[in-house]
Amino acid sequence: MEELNKEQKSYQMGMHTEQLAGRTQQVFFSPEEAENLLYPGAFDVDFDKRGELDAADLEPVAVNLKIRELMGEGCGTIEVHNPGAKHSLGVGILNRLWLHFEGSLGYFGCGLIDGPNVRIKGRVGWSCAENMLAGTVVIEKNAGSCFGAAIRGGDLICKGDVGARTGIEMKGGTIIVGGRTGVFSGFMMQRGRLVVLGDAGPNLGDSMYDGIVYVGGKIASLGTDAIPAEMTELDIAWLSRKLKMYGLEAPDGVKNMHKIVAGKKLWNYDNLEPMEKKIVL
Amino acid sequence: MSKKSKAEGKSPRRASADDRYQGSDSAETEHEKWIGRHIGYRYDVNLVPDYGRLTPFLKKYIEMMGWEDLNWLEDIHMGYEEDRFAVFDRNINGWVTVPEDVELPDDPQERDMLARDLLVRFQMSGHHPLAELKKAHRKF
Repeated sequence: MEELNKEQKSYQMGMHTEQLAGRTQQVFFSPEEAENLLYPGAFDVDFDKRGELDAADLEPVAVNLKIRELMGEGCGTIEVHNPGAKHSLGVGILNRLWLHFEGSLGYFGCGLIDGPNVRIKGRVGWSCAENMLAGTVVIEKNAGSCFGAAIRGGDLICKGDVGARTGIEMKGGTIIVGGRTGVFSGFMMQRGRLVVLGDAGPNLGDSMYDGIVYVGGKIASLGTDAIPAEMTELDIAWLSRKLKMYGLEAPDGVKNMHKIVAGKKLWNYDNLEPMEKKIVL
Repeated sequence: MSKKSKAEGKSPRRASADDRYQGSDSAETEHEKWIGRHIGYRYDVNLVPDYGRLTPFLKKYIEMMGWEDLNWLEDIHMGYEEDRFAVFDRNINGWVTVPEDVELPDDPQERDMLARDLLVRFQMSGHHPLAELKKAHRKF
């Protein structure tokens, strides 16, 4: 009778209809896999073949379609003139590519990209490179809030200052800020590395689950469950190599940067699992 | 990639768990013992990759993409699922298992490079589940 009640409870909680994410899918690697270097269906582009477009009189969708068209023609280096701070430019590019914006972008620029190397001469608005998967994005000036929101991989660099909530819920990859960052940076970050060479605003790393935050300047205050940690030789080696790649330097040297990690007192989500097992069994 | 039968009874979990962690006295925490599985995100994501151990395929991939380092692959490590070596593929939100007959190197750096190599090959292949999804749902 007790078992029956447990089973009913598990049905009531929807556990028999919802598949848990991230569990086994019984997928196996094939050792005989062919050596493809591009996604199936990706454009075969040549970095030496250049394309240009003037975005002044185009809607954002038209600009993105034009970039796609140029990639289809084999252009591996594309320059976009007069982006005019339009929103959502350069999004969803799942291709190898050199993409240069000769100006500023608006909201959600370069979101969901997987592979390209993007250079932006001006500034960017909110949520630049949101959900980025791979590649590099370098911004020469400043960026707005939610810089690199939910980024999963790749290198995202802003050489100037950025707004609030930088790297919010980041799940991998690297964010480097050459200047200062605002309030709640690294909020709920789960993995990856957030590097701030200047000062960090209040509540840094609030509710972070994992990942590392490095700060070269002053920290206004740490958020809940964010704690200081000791810099190791691995940290120094990694930071030195990465900063050199993008021509950046820590103001007081890499060795003197602050390292912030999760205190891991908020790790509650795995506690649910044994409860589920008990209920289902 | 060499293929070789693995010795019976050899558990990949026991063989490799200790060197995968940093700052932990034991491979499994009390919490992990309690829930009966490993918490993947405890892996040392800050382990500096040894670029001297790049596989030829990875070298070609990095050069092809125009990157100076491993980029997103820095976060890829050899893990395991259900006592078998596996690599987490974010594109399918699941573990992809290494076949039993693939011999894995003892060095953790080499194992991680192999994990990256296998994952890129898998993601770029026509057998990847996303390739099927793309055929069914693509807009362009």
